[in-house]
Amino acid sequence: MRIKVLLMGAACGAAMTGMARAERGVDGQVNVIMWQAPSTMNPYLSTGSKDIIAASAVLEPLAVFVPDGALAPRLAAEIPSVANGGIATDLRSVTWKLRPGLIWSDGSPVTAADVAFTAAYCMDPAGGCAQLAKFDGIDKVEALDPLTLRISFATPRPDPFSAFVGAQTPVLQQAQFRGCTGAAAPGCTQQNFQPIGTGPFRVTGFRTNDAVLLEANPAYRDPDKPAFATLVLKGGGDAAAAARAVLETGEYDYAWNTQLAPDVIAGMEAKGLGRVEAAFGSLVELIHVNLSDPSPDLPEAERSTLKHPHPILSDPAVRRALSLAIDRSLLTDIGYGPAGQPTCNLVPAPAAWASDNTACLTQDIAGARALLDGAGWVPGSDGIREKDGHRLHLLFQTSVNAVRQDFQALIKQWWQEIGVETELKSVDPSVFFGGDAGSPDTFQKFHADLEMFANNFEGSNPEPYLARQGCDKVPGPDNQWQGENISRYCNPEYDRLLAEMSQTVDPAERGAMGRRLNDMLTRDSDAIIPLVYRGTSSAYANTLGGVVLNAWDSELWNVADWHRTR
Amino acid sequence: MAERASLWQRLRPQRGAMIGLWVLALLVVFVLLGPWLWRIAPTHIDIRARNQGLSWAHPLGTDQLGRDMMARLMAGGRISLAVAMAVMPITLGLGGLVGLLAGYFRRLDGVLMRLTELFLALPLLPLLLLMVTLFREPLARHLGPPGGSFVLIVLAIGLTSWMAVARILRGEVLALKERGFIEAARAIGTRPGAMLWRHVLPNVASPVVVAATLGMATAITTESALSFLGLGFPPDYPTLGRLLHDAMDQMQQYPLRALLPGLMIAVTVLAVNAVGEGLREALDPRSGSR
Repeated sequence: MRIKVLLMGAACGAAMTGMARAERGVDGQVNVIMWQAPSTMNPYLSTGSKDIIAASAVLEPLAVFVPDGALAPRLAAEIPSVANGGIATDLRSVTWKLRPGLIWSDGSPVTAADVAFTAAYCMDPAGGCAQLAKFDGIDKVEALDPLTLRISFATPRPDPFSAFVGAQTPVLQQAQFRGCTGAAAPGCTQQNFQPIGTGPFRVTGFRTNDAVLLEANPAYRDPDKPAFATLVLKGGGDAAAAARAVLETGEYDYAWNTQLAPDVIAGMEAKGLGRVEAAFGSLVELIHVNLSDPSPDLPEAERSTLKHPHPILSDPAVRRALSLAIDRSLLTDIGYGPAGQPTCNLVPAPAAWASDNTACLTQDIAGARALLDGAGWVPGSDGIREKDGHRLHLLFQTSVNAVRQDFQALIKQWWQEIGVETELKSVDPSVFFGGDAGSPDTFQKFHADLEMFANNFEGSNPEPYLARQGCDKVPGPDNQWQGENISRYCNPEYDRLLAEMSQTVDPAERGAMGRRLNDMLTRDSDAIIPLVYRGTSSAYANTLGGVVLNAWDSELWNVADWHRTR
Repeated sequence: MAERASLWQRLRPQRGAMIGLWVLALLVVFVLLGPWLWRIAPTHIDIRARNQGLSWAHPLGTDQLGRDMMARLMAGGRISLAVAMAVMPITLGLGGLVGLLAGYFRRLDGVLMRLTELFLALPLLPLLLLMVTLFREPLARHLGPPGGSFVLIVLAIGLTSWMAVARILRGEVLALKERGFIEAARAIGTRPGAMLWRHVLPNVASPVVVAATLGMATAITTESALSFLGLGFPPDYPTLGRLLHDAMDQMQQYPLRALLPGLMIAVTVLAVNAVGEGLREALDPRSGSR
């Protein structure tokens, strides 16, 4: 009891001192370690999340995603909607109003012309902009007056929140980047390393792939923020070393992306200097079932293509049995601990899109056996099932990664119990995810029967993600093996519903359609076998206050609110 | 027979070599006979018994999935030793051939030694990785996944580790060529083939034996390095390098899991080296006075 009172007193004290010191630059320095070091401060020239996160302390978009996946205005005064007239009724344009009185860190005013310039900067055909996909389908971006911006689309857009929403597409200062458009963009070292922004910090020093030094932006719109006078982003090491620097040695206040085994983290946390927390976005560890035949006897250009259905996995009973035999809770406990949740969904969030599909969460070995028996797969002399001369032997591949190899071993044992023989293969991650059309071992080529990896989508609109599972997105020789429909799932009904969704505006209706599409891929067909809904974990010191993890946007999205507690 | 006996007699007094032999014999017994006595399968997962320390049920503990460490070490050691044994004839054959020819025939010397240098200069690991990527699938198709990997790794290591043998042999042959009995044999018209077989080969046998044992040690470490990188054998095949790889993440909590396979690699390599060193001493006529 006394301890509790004392603790409450301490908490009050901390809160009061925190409040009393709500002033800019009084909390000294905050040290952030990112084990992949930032190599630029311009997110338009890099797809690396390390660079996007670093830049987000300086550059701001019109709106950001908050931790539950919803939108919040940043440089915009409000989020446009059909109700407030921001989104045109024909869905072909969106009008943003800027917050009045905004100034850049060099003291000049922020105008809609800066935003329009940024759009032109990225859409310049000679530029090779890394975020071009976010500007996909934009017809023109024009500044109507200094505070009003209109983005027009070539076709109706039910969800227009792509460009200038989220840390990937912040607003650049026209005056600074005027000479850096097109082919000149990568050469503007000074501009790309020290962009002038509107965010809580400004760059004072940039050492590529080593460290970024920042100080509080004197022109930041909230006069009491940020609480820290300086921010240091240091790169180097690996996930374990970064977590150790925060949790065991206390040299750093915050470590990005500390994906480690649960008991490793628990051991580090035992020091009491800090903790690891996970933010849940849309990342799901899943198994793709190959519905096409990967047999090496086929000609190279026909392996794993729609021409040849899979001799074993075309049988829905086999796919269902494989899914039923997996104990997802155990996988989660072993691989991710608190940074994971068992799931049956491809789209686990946002809430309006997450299906209530939970039937797969209980492992059912007996049920899986019965299913295979019923489908005519009978155990042979060595316990492995056979049917029509096909032995239930499957090649299961994934990337080289300690957790994934543990998962492979566990799943192999469960499948052994239902009479399925599994051959395991692990591929070097740089090859597996490399996307090289000449390599036989990429996840797109899928020269295996099953493969496991994690996938997610950016922003909080799952529609493009679901659209990637359409029949026209199957990887094959005609598109240099670049599709994302890895399972080679082809269902006219799915494609029809997708087309219908792209014409639907009502969020509730869109969510319902999304859930239906998700269920078609997972529960109904077992073309995709989801395993674990994964969080992205970060470690932070107990003395660092104000941290709110956010998996939908940059981890530094609220760095202005960070402060020192104690 | 008499010669062999004398080799044994020369080897006996060398403590290092005898210790190495004993350790090697114990290791062979452990990995070959062990599985007959210790019947737990190395890949059997008992998830309730994960991360256990030393106990009667699991004398060397269990790993992060509850697989028995002793059974895994036996299986891993067996693969490592098998790879080493299989690599040896390849390095001996290739290296011996190149070394003999280069040393004996002056015309071939330049070409073959440049070839040897070329192979020495090749970055070994990237080359091995490339071979694994290119040939794993066709070999696995014809010989089954473990068999295919075994052949692939043995060939890959063998084809990239014969250079030392070739260089040693060439030097020996060059020196031997000037000796009186060779000149005498040549004078009576012995053909090159017979010359190599009858007169040269028996006289360079001792450095070859030594090079072979040392090559075995290299093969063990190379195989472990490949497995450690997650390549080589399929992931469910416990090899010593794979065991090390699996133990890496939790090295601080469970140091024993990394120490045991690491120690086994080190002990095997040291024992093989000690035997090789002893053989060199025993076979060297100049050290006969010891």
